[in-house]
Amino acid sequence: MLRLDVRKQLGEFSLEAAFQSEGRVTGLFGASGAGKTSLVNMIAGLLTPDRGTISLDGEMLDDAAARVHVPPHRRRIGYVFQDARLFPHLDVSQNLDYGRRMNGLAADVAQHKRITDLLDIGPLLDRRPGKLSGGERQRVALGRALLSKPRLLLMDEPLGSLDEGRKVEILPYLIRLRDEGIPMVYVSHDAAELRQLATQIVMLKDGRVTSFGGVKVLS
Amino acid sequence: MFDITPTEWTAILLSLRVAVIATLVATPFGIALAWLLARRDFWGKSMLDALVHLPLVLPPVVTGYLLLLTLGRRGLVGAWLADHLGIVFAFRWTGAALACGVMAFPLLVRPIRLSIEAVDRRLEQAASTLGAAPWRVFATVTLPLALPGILAGMVLGFAKAIGEFGATITFVSNIPGETQTISSAIYALISTPAGDAAAMRLVLISIAIAFAALIGAEWFARRATARLHGN
Repeated sequence: MLRLDVRKQLGEFSLEAAFQSEGRVTGLFGASGAGKTSLVNMIAGLLTPDRGTISLDGEMLDDAAARVHVPPHRRRIGYVFQDARLFPHLDVSQNLDYGRRMNGLAADVAQHKRITDLLDIGPLLDRRPGKLSGGERQRVALGRALLSKPRLLLMDEPLGSLDEGRKVEILPYLIRLRDEGIPMVYVSHDAAELRQLATQIVMLKDGRVTSFGGVKVLS
Repeated sequence: MFDITPTEWTAILLSLRVAVIATLVATPFGIALAWLLARRDFWGKSMLDALVHLPLVLPPVVTGYLLLLTLGRRGLVGAWLADHLGIVFAFRWTGAALACGVMAFPLLVRPIRLSIEAVDRRLEQAASTLGAAPWRVFATVTLPLALPGILAGMVLGFAKAIGEFGATITFVSNIPGETQTISSAIYALISTPAGDAAAMRLVLISIAIAFAALIGAEWFARRATARLHGN
Protein backbone atom coordinates (compact mmCIF):
# COMPACT_ATOMS: atom_id res chain seq x y z
CA MET A 1 0.00 0.00 0.00
CA LEU A 2 1.18 3.49 -0.91
CA ARG A 3 0.65 6.23 1.68
CA LEU A 4 1.53 9.78 0.94
CA ASP A 5 1.16 13.11 2.67
CA VAL A 6 3.44 15.72 1.13
CA ARG A 7 4.01 19.37 0.47
CA LYS A 8 6.26 20.85 -2.16
CA GLN A 9 6.85 24.38 -3.33
CA LEU A 10 7.93 24.64 -6.98
CA GLY A 11 8.42 28.30 -7.78
CA GLU A 12 4.98 29.91 -7.69
CA PHE A 13 3.23 26.56 -7.63
CA SER A 14 2.49 24.81 -4.37
CA LEU A 15 1.57 21.16 -4.17
CA GLU A 16 -0.12 19.69 -1.15
CA ALA A 17 -1.52 16.20 -1.34
CA ALA A 18 -2.40 13.30 0.90
CA PHE A 19 -3.92 9.96 -0.04
CA GLN A 20 -3.42 6.26 0.32
CA SER A 21 -3.90 3.74 -2.42
CA GLU A 22 -6.28 0.92 -1.70
CA GLY A 23 -7.12 -0.54 -5.07
CA ARG A 24 -4.80 -2.09 -7.58
CA VAL A 25 -4.76 0.88 -9.93
CA THR A 26 -4.87 4.38 -8.49
CA GLY A 27 -5.80 6.90 -11.15
CA LEU A 28 -4.36 10.40 -10.71
CA PHE A 29 -6.74 12.62 -12.61
CA GLY A 30 -6.44 16.32 -13.36
CA ALA A 31 -5.84 18.96 -16.02
CA SER A 32 -2.29 19.71 -17.15
CA GLY A 33 -0.53 21.83 -14.55
CA ALA A 34 -2.49 20.27 -11.68
CA GLY A 35 0.71 18.76 -10.26
CA LYS A 36 0.24 15.15 -11.34
CA THR A 37 3.74 14.67 -12.73
CA SER A 38 5.39 16.38 -9.74
CA LEU A 39 3.49 14.06 -7.42
CA VAL A 40 4.53 10.97 -9.37
CA ASN A 41 8.15 12.21 -9.47
CA MET A 42 8.04 12.41 -5.67
CA ILE A 43 6.80 8.83 -5.43
CA ALA A 44 9.65 7.77 -7.74
CA GLY A 45 12.16 9.70 -5.63
CA LEU A 46 13.18 12.03 -8.46
CA LEU A 47 11.82 14.96 -6.46
CA THR A 48 12.15 15.36 -2.69
CA PRO A 49 9.14 16.70 -0.77
CA ASP A 50 9.68 19.81 1.39
CA ARG A 51 7.52 18.36 4.12
CA GLY A 52 5.66 15.17 4.83
CA THR A 53 6.08 11.46 4.27
CA ILE A 54 5.80 8.82 1.56
CA SER A 55 5.73 5.13 2.42
CA LEU A 56 5.24 1.97 0.41
CA ASP A 57 4.16 -1.33 1.97
CA GLY A 58 5.17 0.03 5.38
CA GLU A 59 8.66 1.10 4.29
CA MET A 60 9.38 4.80 4.74
CA LEU A 61 10.67 6.24 1.46
CA ASP A 62 10.55 9.90 2.38
CA ASP A 63 10.28 11.54 5.77
CA ALA A 64 11.25 15.19 5.51
CA ALA A 65 11.29 15.74 9.29
CA ALA A 66 13.64 12.79 9.86
CA ARG A 67 15.68 13.66 6.73
CA VAL A 68 14.91 10.31 5.18
CA HIS A 69 15.06 10.16 1.39
CA VAL A 70 15.54 6.80 -0.28
CA PRO A 71 17.14 7.51 -3.71
CA PRO A 72 15.23 6.39 -6.83
CA HIS A 73 17.54 3.47 -7.61
CA ARG A 74 16.82 1.85 -4.24
CA ARG A 75 13.03 2.22 -4.35
CA ARG A 76 12.20 -0.55 -6.79
CA ILE A 77 9.43 1.56 -8.24
CA GLY A 78 8.99 1.25 -12.00
CA TYR A 79 8.25 4.35 -14.03
CA VAL A 80 6.79 4.57 -17.53
CA PHE A 81 7.22 8.10 -18.87
CA GLN A 82 5.03 9.82 -21.39
CA ASP A 83 7.99 10.06 -23.78
CA ALA A 84 9.18 6.43 -23.28
CA ARG A 85 12.81 7.47 -22.68
CA LEU A 86 14.33 4.37 -24.20
CA PHE A 87 18.13 4.40 -24.25
CA PRO A 88 19.03 5.32 -27.84
CA HIS A 89 22.44 3.63 -27.75
CA LEU A 90 20.98 0.25 -26.75
CA ASP A 91 18.79 -2.04 -28.83
CA VAL A 92 15.36 -3.16 -27.62
CA SER A 93 16.60 -6.30 -25.96
CA GLN A 94 19.35 -4.41 -24.08
CA ASN A 95 16.80 -1.80 -23.02
CA LEU A 96 14.55 -4.56 -21.67
CA ASP A 97 17.46 -6.15 -19.84
CA TYR A 98 18.74 -2.90 -18.29
CA GLY A 99 16.78 -3.02 -15.03
CA ARG A 100 17.64 -6.66 -14.40
CA ARG A 101 21.35 -5.91 -14.90
CA MET A 102 21.31 -2.85 -12.66
CA ASN A 103 19.49 -4.70 -9.89
CA GLY A 104 21.82 -7.68 -10.17
CA LEU A 105 18.89 -10.05 -10.68
CA ALA A 106 19.41 -13.48 -12.22
CA ALA A 107 18.11 -13.92 -15.77
CA ASP A 108 14.48 -15.01 -15.63
CA VAL A 109 13.74 -16.54 -19.01
CA ALA A 110 10.13 -17.40 -18.19
CA GLN A 111 9.33 -13.88 -17.01
CA HIS A 112 11.09 -12.38 -20.03
CA LYS A 113 9.07 -14.55 -22.39
CA ARG A 114 5.81 -13.85 -20.60
CA ILE A 115 6.29 -10.08 -20.78
CA THR A 116 7.54 -9.97 -24.37
CA ASP A 117 4.51 -12.11 -25.31
CA LEU A 118 2.13 -10.01 -23.24
CA LEU A 119 3.30 -6.84 -25.01
CA ASP A 120 4.00 -8.46 -28.41
CA ILE A 121 7.51 -7.05 -28.52
CA GLY A 122 9.31 -10.29 -29.42
CA PRO A 123 9.78 -9.29 -33.08
CA LEU A 124 11.32 -5.94 -32.06
CA LEU A 125 14.16 -7.27 -29.91
CA ASP A 126 17.00 -6.59 -32.36
CA ARG A 127 15.83 -3.14 -33.35
CA ARG A 128 17.07 0.20 -32.14
CA PRO A 129 14.68 2.70 -30.53
CA GLY A 130 15.12 5.09 -33.48
CA LYS A 131 13.49 2.50 -35.74
CA LEU A 132 10.35 2.01 -33.63
CA SER A 133 6.96 3.65 -33.97
CA GLY A 134 5.55 5.65 -31.06
CA GLY A 135 3.31 2.82 -29.97
CA GLU A 136 6.10 0.25 -30.17
CA ARG A 137 8.37 2.49 -28.13
CA GLN A 138 5.77 2.80 -25.41
CA ARG A 139 5.28 -0.97 -25.28
CA VAL A 140 9.03 -1.49 -24.94
CA ALA A 141 9.12 1.12 -22.16
CA LEU A 142 6.37 -0.79 -20.36
CA GLY A 143 8.28 -4.05 -20.75
CA ARG A 144 11.49 -2.45 -19.54
CA ALA A 145 9.82 -1.14 -16.37
CA LEU A 146 8.09 -4.48 -15.68
CA LEU A 147 11.25 -6.56 -16.15
CA SER A 148 12.99 -4.63 -13.37
CA LYS A 149 10.43 -6.37 -11.10
CA PRO A 150 9.09 -3.24 -9.40
CA ARG A 151 6.91 -3.21 -6.29
CA LEU A 152 4.82 -0.44 -7.80
CA LEU A 153 4.48 0.80 -11.34
CA LEU A 154 4.07 4.52 -12.07
CA MET A 155 2.65 5.50 -15.42
CA ASP A 156 2.65 9.14 -16.40
CA GLU A 157 0.27 9.60 -19.32
CA PRO A 158 1.72 6.62 -21.19
CA LEU A 159 -0.75 7.26 -24.01
CA GLY A 160 -0.25 11.04 -23.97
CA SER A 161 2.14 11.26 -26.90
CA LEU A 162 0.15 8.88 -29.13
CA ASP A 163 -2.58 9.63 -31.64
CA GLU A 164 -6.06 8.08 -31.29
CA GLY A 165 -5.26 5.05 -33.43
CA ARG A 166 -2.17 4.23 -31.36
CA LYS A 167 -4.04 4.70 -28.09
CA VAL A 168 -6.50 2.04 -29.12
CA GLU A 169 -3.51 -0.16 -29.92
CA ILE A 170 -1.93 0.22 -26.45
CA LEU A 171 -4.98 0.26 -24.20
CA PRO A 172 -5.61 -3.50 -24.33
CA TYR A 173 -2.02 -4.10 -23.17
CA LEU A 174 -2.56 -1.80 -20.21
CA ILE A 175 -5.71 -3.69 -19.28
CA ARG A 176 -3.77 -6.97 -19.45
CA LEU A 177 -1.14 -5.43 -17.19
CA ARG A 178 -3.71 -4.33 -14.67
CA ASP A 179 -4.97 -7.90 -14.56
CA GLU A 180 -1.42 -9.08 -13.86
CA GLY A 181 -1.95 -7.70 -10.37
CA ILE A 182 1.01 -5.34 -10.04
CA PRO A 183 -0.05 -2.19 -8.16
CA MET A 184 -0.05 0.90 -10.34
CA VAL A 185 -0.40 4.65 -10.12
CA TYR A 186 -1.79 5.80 -13.45
CA VAL A 187 -1.72 9.48 -14.39
CA SER A 188 -4.10 10.84 -16.99
CA HIS A 189 -6.18 13.84 -17.93
CA ASP A 190 -8.53 11.56 -19.88
CA ALA A 191 -11.53 10.41 -17.84
CA ALA A 192 -12.50 7.73 -20.36
CA GLU A 193 -9.07 6.12 -20.13
CA LEU A 194 -9.20 6.05 -16.33
CA ARG A 195 -12.70 4.57 -16.31
CA GLN A 196 -11.33 1.60 -18.21
CA LEU A 197 -8.20 1.14 -16.09
CA ALA A 198 -8.42 2.57 -12.60
CA THR A 199 -9.98 1.02 -9.53
CA GLN A 200 -9.67 4.18 -7.48
CA ILE A 201 -9.40 7.88 -8.37
CA VAL A 202 -7.48 10.78 -6.85
CA MET A 203 -8.59 14.04 -8.42
CA LEU A 204 -6.05 16.87 -8.45
CA LYS A 205 -6.68 20.52 -9.12
CA ASP A 206 -4.12 23.33 -8.80
CA GLY A 207 -1.90 21.25 -6.55
CA ARG A 208 -4.67 20.07 -4.18
CA VAL A 209 -6.65 16.84 -3.91
CA THR A 210 -10.25 17.79 -4.64
CA SER A 211 -11.89 14.37 -4.56
CA PHE A 212 -11.00 10.83 -3.79
CA GLY A 213 -12.84 7.55 -4.19
CA GLY A 214 -14.11 5.02 -6.71
CA VAL A 215 -14.28 5.51 -10.46
CA LYS A 216 -17.66 7.18 -10.02
CA VAL A 217 -16.01 10.42 -8.83
CA LEU A 218 -15.08 10.98 -12.48
CA SER A 219 -18.69 11.62 -13.42
CA MET B 1 64.06 14.62 -50.36
CA PHE B 2 62.46 11.66 -48.63
CA ASP B 3 65.50 10.16 -47.00
CA ILE B 4 64.42 10.54 -43.43
CA THR B 5 67.46 10.56 -41.16
CA PRO B 6 67.59 8.59 -37.89
CA THR B 7 67.47 11.86 -35.91
CA GLU B 8 64.30 12.85 -37.71
CA TRP B 9 62.74 9.44 -37.12
CA THR B 10 63.56 9.75 -33.47
CA ALA B 11 61.83 13.13 -33.33
CA ILE B 12 58.75 11.81 -35.17
CA LEU B 13 58.39 8.75 -32.95
CA LEU B 14 58.98 10.82 -29.83
CA SER B 15 56.31 13.32 -30.88
CA LEU B 16 53.81 10.50 -31.42
CA ARG B 17 54.69 8.88 -28.11
CA VAL B 18 54.47 12.17 -26.21
CA ALA B 19 51.14 13.13 -27.79
CA VAL B 20 49.56 9.68 -27.35
CA ILE B 21 50.63 9.40 -23.70
CA ALA B 22 49.59 13.00 -22.95
CA THR B 23 46.15 12.41 -24.48
CA LEU B 24 45.54 9.04 -22.83
CA VAL B 25 46.62 10.24 -19.37
CA ALA B 26 44.72 13.53 -19.62
CA THR B 27 41.44 11.99 -20.86
CA PRO B 28 40.16 10.42 -17.59
CA PHE B 29 40.97 13.63 -15.70
CA GLY B 30 39.34 15.61 -18.50
CA ILE B 31 36.16 13.51 -18.31
CA ALA B 32 35.97 13.86 -14.53
CA LEU B 33 36.47 17.60 -14.68
CA ALA B 34 34.07 18.05 -17.60
CA TRP B 35 31.40 16.15 -15.65
CA LEU B 36 32.02 18.29 -12.58
CA LEU B 37 31.71 21.51 -14.59
CA ALA B 38 28.66 20.28 -16.53
CA ARG B 39 26.65 18.71 -13.73
CA ARG B 40 27.63 20.13 -10.35
CA ASP B 41 27.34 23.53 -8.72
CA PHE B 42 29.91 24.28 -6.07
CA TRP B 43 31.81 27.15 -4.57
CA GLY B 44 34.75 28.22 -6.72
CA LYS B 45 33.39 26.65 -9.90
CA SER B 46 34.11 29.67 -12.07
CA MET B 47 37.63 29.85 -10.62
CA LEU B 48 38.21 26.20 -11.50
CA ASP B 49 36.82 26.81 -14.98
CA ALA B 50 39.20 29.76 -15.45
CA LEU B 51 42.14 27.72 -14.15
CA VAL B 52 41.46 24.95 -16.67
CA HIS B 53 41.41 27.45 -19.52
CA LEU B 54 44.50 29.32 -18.35
CA PRO B 55 47.03 27.43 -20.54
CA LEU B 56 44.93 28.45 -23.56
CA VAL B 57 45.41 32.16 -22.96
CA LEU B 58 48.77 32.35 -21.16
CA PRO B 59 51.87 32.64 -23.35
CA PRO B 60 53.13 29.02 -23.63
CA VAL B 61 56.54 30.11 -22.36
CA VAL B 62 54.86 31.22 -19.12
CA THR B 63 53.17 27.85 -18.67
CA GLY B 64 56.48 26.12 -19.39
CA TYR B 65 58.32 28.31 -16.92
CA LEU B 66 55.66 27.72 -14.23
CA LEU B 67 56.05 23.98 -14.79
CA LEU B 68 59.81 24.34 -14.45
CA LEU B 69 59.38 26.30 -11.20
CA THR B 70 57.03 23.75 -9.63
CA LEU B 71 58.10 20.45 -11.20
CA GLY B 72 61.74 21.13 -12.02
CA ARG B 73 64.47 19.38 -10.00
CA ARG B 74 64.52 22.24 -7.51
CA GLY B 75 60.82 22.99 -7.75
CA LEU B 76 58.66 22.48 -4.68
CA VAL B 77 56.75 19.50 -6.09
CA GLY B 78 59.55 18.35 -8.40
CA ALA B 79 62.11 17.98 -5.60
CA TRP B 80 59.68 16.02 -3.47
CA LEU B 81 58.73 13.69 -6.34
CA ALA B 82 62.40 13.08 -7.18
CA ASP B 83 63.45 12.44 -3.58
CA HIS B 84 60.52 10.30 -2.48
CA LEU B 85 59.20 8.60 -5.58
CA GLY B 86 62.12 8.90 -7.96
CA ILE B 87 59.92 10.60 -10.54
CA VAL B 88 61.69 13.24 -12.60
CA PHE B 89 60.00 15.35 -15.26
CA ALA B 90 62.61 17.98 -15.99
CA PHE B 91 64.51 17.42 -19.25
CA ARG B 92 62.88 14.03 -19.79
CA TRP B 93 60.36 12.90 -22.41
CA THR B 94 57.83 12.39 -19.58
CA GLY B 95 58.18 16.12 -18.89
CA ALA B 96 57.43 16.81 -22.55
CA ALA B 97 54.29 14.65 -22.24
CA LEU B 98 53.29 16.53 -19.09
CA ALA B 99 53.76 19.93 -20.73
CA CYS B 100 51.78 18.79 -23.79
CA GLY B 101 49.05 17.36 -21.55
CA VAL B 102 48.70 20.61 -19.63
CA MET B 103 48.58 22.67 -22.82
CA ALA B 104 46.08 20.29 -24.45
CA PHE B 105 43.83 20.02 -21.39
CA PRO B 106 41.49 22.98 -22.08
CA LEU B 107 40.93 21.80 -25.65
CA LEU B 108 40.25 18.28 -24.39
CA VAL B 109 37.81 19.32 -21.67
CA ARG B 110 35.62 21.69 -23.66
CA PRO B 111 34.00 19.30 -26.18
CA ILE B 112 33.55 16.67 -23.46
CA ARG B 113 31.82 19.18 -21.21
CA LEU B 114 29.52 20.30 -24.04
CA SER B 115 28.61 16.72 -24.89
CA ILE B 116 27.87 15.84 -21.24
CA GLU B 117 25.69 18.95 -21.00
CA ALA B 118 23.84 17.74 -24.10
CA VAL B 119 23.03 14.30 -22.63
CA ASP B 120 19.32 14.17 -21.90
CA ARG B 121 18.97 14.09 -18.12
CA ARG B 122 15.58 12.48 -18.47
CA LEU B 123 17.37 9.36 -19.72
CA GLU B 124 19.54 9.44 -16.61
CA GLN B 125 16.40 9.69 -14.48
CA ALA B 126 14.91 6.73 -16.32
CA ALA B 127 18.08 4.74 -15.59
CA SER B 128 17.86 5.55 -11.88
CA THR B 129 14.22 4.41 -11.66
CA LEU B 130 15.39 1.12 -13.20
CA GLY B 131 17.76 0.61 -10.28
CA ALA B 132 21.03 2.13 -11.51
CA ALA B 133 23.15 3.80 -8.80
CA PRO B 134 24.60 7.21 -9.81
CA TRP B 135 28.00 5.88 -10.90
CA ARG B 136 26.33 3.18 -13.01
CA VAL B 137 24.06 5.78 -14.59
CA PHE B 138 27.24 7.62 -15.52
CA ALA B 139 28.96 4.52 -16.89
CA THR B 140 26.02 3.06 -18.80
CA VAL B 141 24.13 6.15 -19.99
CA THR B 142 26.06 9.44 -19.67
CA LEU B 143 29.44 8.19 -20.86
CA PRO B 144 28.30 6.27 -23.95
CA LEU B 145 26.01 9.12 -24.98
CA ALA B 146 28.85 11.63 -24.59
CA LEU B 147 31.22 9.47 -26.63
CA PRO B 148 31.31 11.63 -29.80
CA GLY B 149 32.35 14.62 -27.68
CA ILE B 150 34.94 12.57 -25.83
CA LEU B 151 36.48 11.45 -29.13
CA ALA B 152 36.40 15.01 -30.46
CA GLY B 153 38.14 16.23 -27.31
CA MET B 154 40.78 13.51 -27.54
CA VAL B 155 41.55 14.40 -31.16
CA LEU B 156 41.77 18.11 -30.44
CA GLY B 157 43.96 17.36 -27.44
CA PHE B 158 46.16 15.05 -29.49
CA ALA B 159 46.51 17.65 -32.25
CA LYS B 160 47.46 20.32 -29.75
CA ALA B 161 49.90 17.96 -28.01
CA ILE B 162 51.67 16.98 -31.21
CA GLY B 163 52.12 20.59 -32.22
CA GLU B 164 53.05 21.97 -28.80
CA PHE B 165 56.28 23.90 -28.79
CA GLY B 166 56.60 26.82 -26.37
CA ALA B 167 55.83 25.20 -23.03
CA THR B 168 57.68 22.00 -23.95
CA ILE B 169 60.93 23.64 -25.00
CA THR B 170 60.84 25.91 -21.93
CA PHE B 171 60.22 23.04 -19.50
CA VAL B 172 62.31 20.21 -20.95
CA SER B 173 64.52 21.97 -23.52
CA ASN B 174 65.42 20.50 -26.95
CA ILE B 175 67.48 17.38 -26.39
CA PRO B 176 67.67 15.08 -29.44
CA GLY B 177 66.50 11.59 -28.54
CA GLU B 178 64.98 12.65 -25.20
CA THR B 179 62.84 15.77 -25.57
CA GLN B 180 63.24 16.82 -29.20
CA THR B 181 59.80 16.58 -30.80
CA ILE B 182 58.92 17.37 -34.44
CA SER B 183 58.25 21.01 -33.53
CA SER B 184 61.50 21.56 -31.69
CA ALA B 185 63.43 19.65 -34.36
CA ILE B 186 62.00 21.95 -37.04
CA TYR B 187 62.91 24.93 -34.90
CA ALA B 188 66.49 23.66 -34.56
CA LEU B 189 66.74 22.87 -38.28
CA ILE B 190 65.53 26.22 -39.57
CA SER B 191 68.09 28.01 -37.45
CA THR B 192 70.86 25.80 -38.89
CA PRO B 193 72.48 26.53 -42.28
CA ALA B 194 71.42 23.92 -44.88
CA GLY B 195 68.70 22.59 -42.60
CA ASP B 196 65.90 23.65 -44.94
CA ALA B 197 65.37 20.34 -46.72
CA ALA B 198 65.20 18.42 -43.47
CA ALA B 199 62.86 21.02 -41.99
CA MET B 200 60.59 20.71 -45.03
CA ARG B 201 60.43 16.91 -44.65
CA LEU B 202 59.29 17.28 -41.05
CA VAL B 203 56.80 19.97 -42.02
CA LEU B 204 55.21 17.62 -44.58
CA ILE B 205 55.15 14.80 -42.06
CA SER B 206 53.42 16.94 -39.46
CA ILE B 207 50.83 17.98 -42.04
CA ALA B 208 50.22 14.29 -42.87
CA ILE B 209 49.81 13.37 -39.18
CA ALA B 210 47.38 16.25 -38.64
CA PHE B 211 45.30 15.21 -41.66
CA ALA B 212 45.19 11.57 -40.64
CA ALA B 213 44.08 12.52 -37.12
CA LEU B 214 41.31 14.82 -38.37
CA ILE B 215 39.96 12.33 -40.93
CA GLY B 216 40.08 9.51 -38.41
CA ALA B 217 38.25 11.62 -35.85
CA GLU B 218 35.57 12.63 -38.32
CA TRP B 219 34.95 8.97 -39.18
CA PHE B 220 34.73 7.93 -35.52
CA ALA B 221 32.46 10.84 -34.63
CA ARG B 222 30.10 10.02 -37.49
CA ARG B 223 29.82 6.38 -36.48
CA ALA B 224 29.30 7.26 -32.84
CA THR B 225 26.62 9.84 -33.65
CA ALA B 226 24.74 7.39 -35.87
CA ARG B 227 24.74 4.84 -33.04
CA LEU B 228 23.45 7.38 -30.53
CA HIS B 229 20.53 8.37 -32.66
CA GLY B 230 19.29 4.86 -32.28
CA ASN B 231 19.46 3.97 -35.95
